[in-house]
Amino acid sequence: MSALPGGAAVPESSDMVVAEHLVKQYGAAGAALRALDDVSLSIERGEFVAVMGASGSGKSTLMNILGCLDRPTSGRYLLAGRDVSGLQRAQLAEVRNSLLGFVFQNFNLLARTSALENVELPLIYAGLNRRERAERAHHALERVGLGDRVQHRPAQLSGGQQQRLAIARAIVNHPSLLLADEPTGNLDSRTGVQVMALFQELWESGLTIVYVTHDAEVARYASRVIVLRDGRILSDARQIARSAASDTRSAA
Amino acid sequence: MKLRQTFPLALVALLRNKTRSLLTSLGVVIGVASVISMVSVGEGAKSRVESIFSSMGTNMLVVLSGSTSSGGLMGGFGSMLTLTWDDLEAMRQQAPAIKVAAPVLNARVTLVSDEANWTTGVTGTTSEFFEIRSWRIARGAIFSREESDASARSIVLGQTASDKLFGAGTDPVGRSVRLRSIPFQVIGVLERKGQSPMGSDYDDTAVIPVRAFQTQLQGGLHKFIAGAILVSAVSATDTQRAQTQIAALLRDRHHIGEHDEDDFSIRNLSEIASAQQQGTKALTALLAAIAVVSLLVGGIGIMNIMLVSVSERTREIGVRMAVGAKPQHVLAQFLVEAMVLSMAGGCFGVAAGVAVARVVATRFGWSSVLRPDLVVMSFGFSALVGVCFGLYPALRASRLDPIEALRYE
Repeated sequence: MSALPGGAAVPESSDMVVAEHLVKQYGAAGAALRALDDVSLSIERGEFVAVMGASGSGKSTLMNILGCLDRPTSGRYLLAGRDVSGLQRAQLAEVRNSLLGFVFQNFNLLARTSALENVELPLIYAGLNRRERAERAHHALERVGLGDRVQHRPAQLSGGQQQRLAIARAIVNHPSLLLADEPTGNLDSRTGVQVMALFQELWESGLTIVYVTHDAEVARYASRVIVLRDGRILSDARQIARSAASDTRSAA
Repeated sequence: MKLRQTFPLALVALLRNKTRSLLTSLGVVIGVASVISMVSVGEGAKSRVESIFSSMGTNMLVVLSGSTSSGGLMGGFGSMLTLTWDDLEAMRQQAPAIKVAAPVLNARVTLVSDEANWTTGVTGTTSEFFEIRSWRIARGAIFSREESDASARSIVLGQTASDKLFGAGTDPVGRSVRLRSIPFQVIGVLERKGQSPMGSDYDDTAVIPVRAFQTQLQGGLHKFIAGAILVSAVSATDTQRAQTQIAALLRDRHHIGEHDEDDFSIRNLSEIASAQQQGTKALTALLAAIAVVSLLVGGIGIMNIMLVSVSERTREIGVRMAVGAKPQHVLAQFLVEAMVLSMAGGCFGVAAGVAVARVVATRFGWSSVLRPDLVVMSFGFSALVGVCFGLYPALRASRLDPIEALRYE
């Protein structure tokens, strides 16, 4: 982590995320609520970061800004070396499509749509043709272990399978950064550990992952834990990631 | 993403809600079908009215003699005979806008057959009369130009007169009828023409050659025509030209000074016809207006459903935006959905409209007037309805905030 002074930072090539003095303010200036209050942080390529904090600590706001779904009121955000803090809606959509993958707590899969079509969704907006889409979507589904569930609808899958399907959708466009918002929040603890094992597998193959959790147990699988409180960083520490794979084996 | 990729997306989305999509496009189906059928019915009615009027002789002019004036008392048209047989011949020869002209002499005469007698209007005229009145023969023949000039004692009966004299369903051709004790041979029966707009029976009539009329009923040949001249213009649009030519010709032949009044009058039936056409035009416009309103109602139905669809699929929109859909992608998706709904409605509407127009046309025995431009227009209009009424819901969808949309329950 590098707390950079004065916003005059030169992005280091190994940094996936460089955030400088991020402020997100809601409401009018008088009764303003600062969801993020001068947050600066950088995340290197290949890190596996857990963001923790109580509700209202600003962790969702931080994730939305890191995910280019929202723009900071002030401050600078460089994603993979590119300044994205001043981009328009359509440009942000392009960034999300090419650099980012999202996994949500409630999966956010399209109902009445097959697993394959769900995974193909980002590729449609990337402008890929039908054959390329199917090929890459199949590959992503196999990677999350759903190679035999291609034509299933989300409702026909278990919770863990649904989240793995969502992960397949998040990685199908080969993102630089994978963002997950409470990925185990809707799962029982055993299935949650399996999903975390999948995240660790992706991390080990080189993907940078940032996930939000309120569960200290789940945060132990990360290589770094950032704790937010009242819109500020309370603590930021690297740790030895606990292996989720060995946890699933011992549980079985 | 390209636009053509939006169509399968839209189709998939619409097929997910089959009943709803069907009911939504039904509004447009009814709208387009009513545009096509109503305008076709209106056009059919118009062409029917036109054919009725042209059978009455819309390009027909009536030339009457002028009025007498004795001590300031005006006698009315025809009270003083001013038209001569030479005038008729001159009109036939010298007015190019005239197709044919025929003298018409009228009298009420009692006709006597072997079985019955019947008093009816007898017209003395030439063979052109039948052409001007577009009156076809049902049985037998009409007399020729030569026969009418040679005062042949031939008579052509109207259907009613024939029925009264010989009984209904009897063929009178070849039988004999006496007019004022003079026998005439029935050579033909006219086609049934029905009732005039004023309520009199066109078919209660008899027609004889003009020379025979003069010699047998008027008691001799005269210089003046004791009746009127019927003129048929070259076409319905030439009636005005024909009228001007006749007026100029007659003023010249009658040596009327520049500031003096005409000693004849010309009447133009096309005025009645054009009034009728205005009426049917107004009817067509009214029907079209009703149809357009129903199409608009269909469009509002589409907007309503698209708005429901947008709020139902808010989460889906959020997901699409999160994975990289730009605002214009979302806009295109919902706009295309609305257009597919309305254009599918348009297709079925055209089919239904054509079918209804056919049925109505057969039911009333009209010729089916189906204008291809109307089909193209109403189909285009249905697409336009889709764009117009789909735009607002699509804009709303595209302006959604992805975070809010993802959080939407």
